[in-house]
Amino acid sequence: MRRSIPVVAAALGLALTMSACSSDSSSGSDATTAPTTADTASASATTPTDGGTLTIWVDETRKKAVQDAASAFEKETGAKVTLVQKNFEDIKADFIAQVPTGKGPDITVGAHDWLGELTKNGVVAPIELGDKTSEFEPVSIQAFTQDGQVYGLPYAIENVALIRNTKLAKEAPKTWADAIKAGKAAKTKFPFLIQTSDQGDPYTYYPLQTSFGAPVFEQNADGSYNPKLAMGGDEGIAFAKWLAKEGEKGTKNLDTAITYDNATAAFAKGESPFIVGGPWMLDTFKGMDLSIDPVPSAGGKPAQPFVGVQGFYISAQSQNALLANDFLTNYMSTDEAQTALYEAGNRPPALISAAEKASSDPITAGFAAVGKDAVPMPSIPQMGSVWQFWGVTEAQIISGKVDATKGWNKMIDDINKAIGS
Amino acid sequence: MPTVKSPHADQGAPPRTPDLEPVGRADHSHARTMRPGFLAKLVLMAVVDAIGVYCLLAAWNADAWGIFAAMLVLLVAANWVYFTRRALALKYILPGLAFLLVFQIFVVVYTGFVAFTNYGDGHNGTKQQAVDALLVQDEKRVEGSPSYPLTVVSQDGTLGFAVIDPDGKTLVGTAEDPLTPDDATVESDRITAVDGWTVLSRQDILAQQKAITALRVPISDEAADGSIRTQDARVGYVFKSTLTYDAAAGTMTDTESGAVYAPNDHGEFEAPDGTTLPIGWRVTVGFENFTTAFSDSRYAKPFFSILVWTFAFAILSVLTTFLLGLFLAMVFNDTRMRGRKVYRMLMILPYAIPGFVAALLWSGMFNRRFGLINNLFFGGAEIPWLTDPWLAKFSVLFVNLWLGFPYMFLICTGALQSLPSDVLEAAKIDGASKLRTWRSVIMPLLLVSTAPLLISSFAFNFNNFTLIYMLTGGGPQFEDASVPLGHTDILISMVYSISGIDGSAPKNYGLASALSIVIFVIVGGISALAFRQTRKLEEIN
Repeated sequence: MRRSIPVVAAALGLALTMSACSSDSSSGSDATTAPTTADTASASATTPTDGGTLTIWVDETRKKAVQDAASAFEKETGAKVTLVQKNFEDIKADFIAQVPTGKGPDITVGAHDWLGELTKNGVVAPIELGDKTSEFEPVSIQAFTQDGQVYGLPYAIENVALIRNTKLAKEAPKTWADAIKAGKAAKTKFPFLIQTSDQGDPYTYYPLQTSFGAPVFEQNADGSYNPKLAMGGDEGIAFAKWLAKEGEKGTKNLDTAITYDNATAAFAKGESPFIVGGPWMLDTFKGMDLSIDPVPSAGGKPAQPFVGVQGFYISAQSQNALLANDFLTNYMSTDEAQTALYEAGNRPPALISAAEKASSDPITAGFAAVGKDAVPMPSIPQMGSVWQFWGVTEAQIISGKVDATKGWNKMIDDINKAIGS
Repeated sequence: MPTVKSPHADQGAPPRTPDLEPVGRADHSHARTMRPGFLAKLVLMAVVDAIGVYCLLAAWNADAWGIFAAMLVLLVAANWVYFTRRALALKYILPGLAFLLVFQIFVVVYTGFVAFTNYGDGHNGTKQQAVDALLVQDEKRVEGSPSYPLTVVSQDGTLGFAVIDPDGKTLVGTAEDPLTPDDATVESDRITAVDGWTVLSRQDILAQQKAITALRVPISDEAADGSIRTQDARVGYVFKSTLTYDAAAGTMTDTESGAVYAPNDHGEFEAPDGTTLPIGWRVTVGFENFTTAFSDSRYAKPFFSILVWTFAFAILSVLTTFLLGLFLAMVFNDTRMRGRKVYRMLMILPYAIPGFVAALLWSGMFNRRFGLINNLFFGGAEIPWLTDPWLAKFSVLFVNLWLGFPYMFLICTGALQSLPSDVLEAAKIDGASKLRTWRSVIMPLLLVSTAPLLISSFAFNFNNFTLIYMLTGGGPQFEDASVPLGHTDILISMVYSISGIDGSAPKNYGLASALSIVIFVIVGGISALAFRQTRKLEEIN
């Protein structure tokens, strides 16, 4: 048996190598073999029994809901739909890398703020929704629009709001001062919870920032963003000063030690009546009496959070574009499909009729109501250069490490340089 | 001296193992006779071949010719090696060699290739893909135009669209002939038959979906009015585009302004006035990535402090872990100690926890307000372990010490136990003191066997991305730098950040690859020098 040790090793080695490359090609082979069979079929002028093949990337949460719509599609058209489950965080990078090689899917789930990057890399194709456009929440279509073209079929809208523990605070606070007062009156460990961390969290802080009238980018008349920073100037400075005042060297209502995990854990334990967060937190708060209200205004103007829209993109290199468009516009835009996606992910649906149904749940209705006044998160490519400077500067100001005015102005400079380079 | 010799098995085995002696080779080789071993080999090779052939077929189907060729070569090589008599050494080496090729050589060569291209955001695919994407993004629906219920038809192999206009009239047209009124049968708002045309079935449509999505039927003789296209073969819309691609000249023309965009050296379409179209493609750019890496003034200052910290981190990590490991190894090597085995086992525990999990746990424990360390040991004092520049550096080193000392403990224990007792005895007889024995006998002998491992530990820590990323994420940030880098960032995490792979900047794989090569040169150079030094050490002994 002495001789068989290297053989076993070789077999294992080769098997591993092979499984590595076979799993690599399996997702792509469906997409690429389909047109070959289709082409030969048309050339021989016979009626093919093959209804075509679609490969769709979905994340775990959405898989079941997409599967249901896919089964209906398969039944009616004879097409075969292959779902490939992926981690949501991996999808954007993998999609950009794999579409040009011809190994990407025909359709993928995604978020609207990827749009700038996806179009810049030429990996997505526009979708013409035609008259169906009016059946969706306008903000969801607007989010997927770039340069007059719609690039995704929206299915869910998500945004942050103020989540209130109704046992600890009876009324929704209108302003930041009200919220802190009510929080102190509740005699809990924290008067108000908002996730911050050492890296900052500009997404969650955005409603507070907009309440000072300092949106991140200038907006065009049609609601699309112009790559010109709008958060500098007096309004931005006022927000920065407020961060310093409420920060660790001031009232300590904002604290970089509070991370997402700390914040949700503390709220779930009833250690604060308020937390700023989105529907993704609700699983942690099961069994609590909650109310969803607008984020209180700190600067006097309305506090508008970012809206994130989830949707489906079609690959620019799809060999089954017709099938893919048919599936999205006629099967994923239905009431049932959008409701199924809502039930899977808890996010208010983008389709108006489904959203109305979902609004029978007061929590969903609450988030949707706050979302009505929200603004879409910018999807322009320049946004990629903003996030990190933005978050870190906010965290530094809150922790009192840098002076509010100086730090904020330096951030604006750095972002402008990063966008320009 | 306890040196490990590589087995030159093909030269015949050392006399201690008689079953490998050349006698067996002459007539009845193990490789040919029908012994159980041979049968087992046959079965295993059959499995390997089956998997290999499956893989070849999959690669064939996916048009992945590179994988196909590599797989074929590997498979043929594997069969040859395990069925020939002349390749005994290869039988041992081949699996490792295959892994080396797939996971090391290929990756290194590919990284080297990418370093000379502008692969990244905006330069993601081939020129043809960029052209396709530009054209499709440019083609827009005419505002306020109606939607046309559409049926795909064909006549003598020519595809056409039959549509119903808003007035209820039925029209038919092809790519050459604009839409003209034609009698057709309409059932529930869809055309089901047209005189002289065949209505395509669903299957036919799917079989030709590329041609159908590419078909543009002009709505009138005026090209400026736009043309009908469909994306789902059910509804058509009027589209207009302003860009046209001249395949012969390889240029893009904007029909509205008349500007001609020609490809430039950077894989972009550029007009004479210097404006470029948004989507480019991958081209080789020579040494540009290397020059950018060192000429961007924003990186100059943080680069220097990060370089110093990287060296400090790598050297201190090796030193601290080695010293602690050595100290513990000597303590637990003392035969007077009871229960040494239990202690040793406990010592190795941190080694058994995956590094990234441990780093995450520690980052939680170091949290200023909620962390275990501040609450348990410092009575709730808010010590900023991970947010103060110097404390963060200390924390990183401390966690790495915790993670790394069991390894050093293990190798030192092994080396100590294999020290020849006669030398130690000789030292004792010569009347050397304990300290003297340790300094002049134990340490030099120990270093001979551990120095190469210290060098590899240095190389590992130099690129210890996991620890930095999971523990501090590079933070706390430099307050004076204009790039998102921090006090605990090391070179490799800096590359990760400035090449945009973490999402904080536009992605630039070319730059990332170029910087990785620079790091490789640094680490490789230092390791080569150090290995040369250790060879001298060996000679002394």
